[in-house]
Amino acid sequence: MSRIDEILAGNERAAARLMRDLDDRLPSAIAELRLLYPHTGRARVIGVTGNPGAGKSTVVDGLIERYRGAGKRVGVVAVDPTSPFTGGAILGDRIRMQRHATDPGVFIRSLATRGHLGGLSRSTCDVVSVLDAMGCDVVLVETVGVGQDEIDVMAATDTTVVVTVPGLGDDIQAIKAGILEIADVLVVNKADREGADRAVRDLLHMLELRHGSGAREVEIVKTIALRGDGLELLVAAIDRHRVETAGADGRERGRRRAAAQLAELIEEGLAEVTRAAFVERGGIDALADDIAARRTDPYGVAHEIIAALLSGAHRR
Amino acid sequence: MTSPARTVKKLRILVGKPGLDGHDRGAKVVARALSDAGYEVVYTGLHQTPEMIAATAVQEDVDAVGLSIMSGAHLTLFPAVMAALRERGAGDVLVFGGGIVPDDDLPVLAAQGVAAIFKPGTTTQEIVEWVERVVRPRAEARV
Repeated sequence: MSRIDEILAGNERAAARLMRDLDDRLPSAIAELRLLYPHTGRARVIGVTGNPGAGKSTVVDGLIERYRGAGKRVGVVAVDPTSPFTGGAILGDRIRMQRHATDPGVFIRSLATRGHLGGLSRSTCDVVSVLDAMGCDVVLVETVGVGQDEIDVMAATDTTVVVTVPGLGDDIQAIKAGILEIADVLVVNKADREGADRAVRDLLHMLELRHGSGAREVEIVKTIALRGDGLELLVAAIDRHRVETAGADGRERGRRRAAAQLAELIEEGLAEVTRAAFVERGGIDALADDIAARRTDPYGVAHEIIAALLSGAHRR
Repeated sequence: MTSPARTVKKLRILVGKPGLDGHDRGAKVVARALSDAGYEVVYTGLHQTPEMIAATAVQEDVDAVGLSIMSGAHLTLFPAVMAALRERGAGDVLVFGGGIVPDDDLPVLAAQGVAAIFKPGTTTQEIVEWVERVVRPRAEARV
């Protein structure tokens, strides 16, 4: 039985190992993913992003419970940052979700960013595809705690939930947090804290400024995720977003998702080829030394390398 | 296509606390040290059952499982975790641990297949060296 057959039959170990190989960017794993791809596209992919400490993992934990209660199979991809200094990572999002660890209808996978910016790992979409092919009805994608421009999640999911908390500051802060623009549903978590209503008002105000642009109305949901409060409202808001975007909007989103993934894969492949070209020429440092000393110029060197790569392309 | 530069495989290690004791300082120190050594550390937190740890180890595809046990229940918990791993087809995942383990129990655990026990006073550097010596070759050799 091939690994693909094992995965399609629901073998968790086989799936987990393919995910590892995808995370390690093994060419053989990418080839396997191609075989799985026809079996994907059925899962509802929901992104959960927001400020560090806003309660993303706890919200995800609550969503797992709700979707399991509705009989859905649930996959989770939880992304944590890799240290740029050591290359290591502590993947701790699942601490909040461990009560689901032995539920056969739940598969939770932690990933480290491994230097990728944007709030997700390079492999996130691939791991989502494996969960999709395994038969997960819902896949929840939790990003790293984001600040302002980590918005990859929007391009990777059907519905993006942005989690925030009361007391982060005035509306200027909300403007600065550019992640507002990517929200399909906004959550004010820890709503038992002082300032929850104020936070909702500020967000409403911010959203009003978007009106007239033809953007869909964004729902704001108050939750106390630790107690499970408000989560049924969140699920309902996510469902409404799904229904409202099911037609042309949904196809548009699917197209955007595919386009973003295709562009990223091509860039990734080209970056690899470029790195090899640098190595062939004695490393980027040697090239840079010549440029810094004004023996060459960056425009000419770049042009020469690109021309050489393109003319060499037919040899492959 | 030019083959990508050969890079060192990223090791993944689970650090968890099975059973009822709530002393997680040591587990956190070890998790941090392993992360500083460049590994991806899946930290499960406190009060894990052997089944939770085994299920997590499978889904996260870790190369090794490190257990911190201060409760005196090591002779029960280590074999229970290893049995749960075998039940899930993951008997090849290395299990190691640390905590309060009397010397008399060390050979018992070794005979059960526990790959290493790090007693109080072990430096984190010694743990990392063990990982490089024992865990890494197995991970690199994996098909």
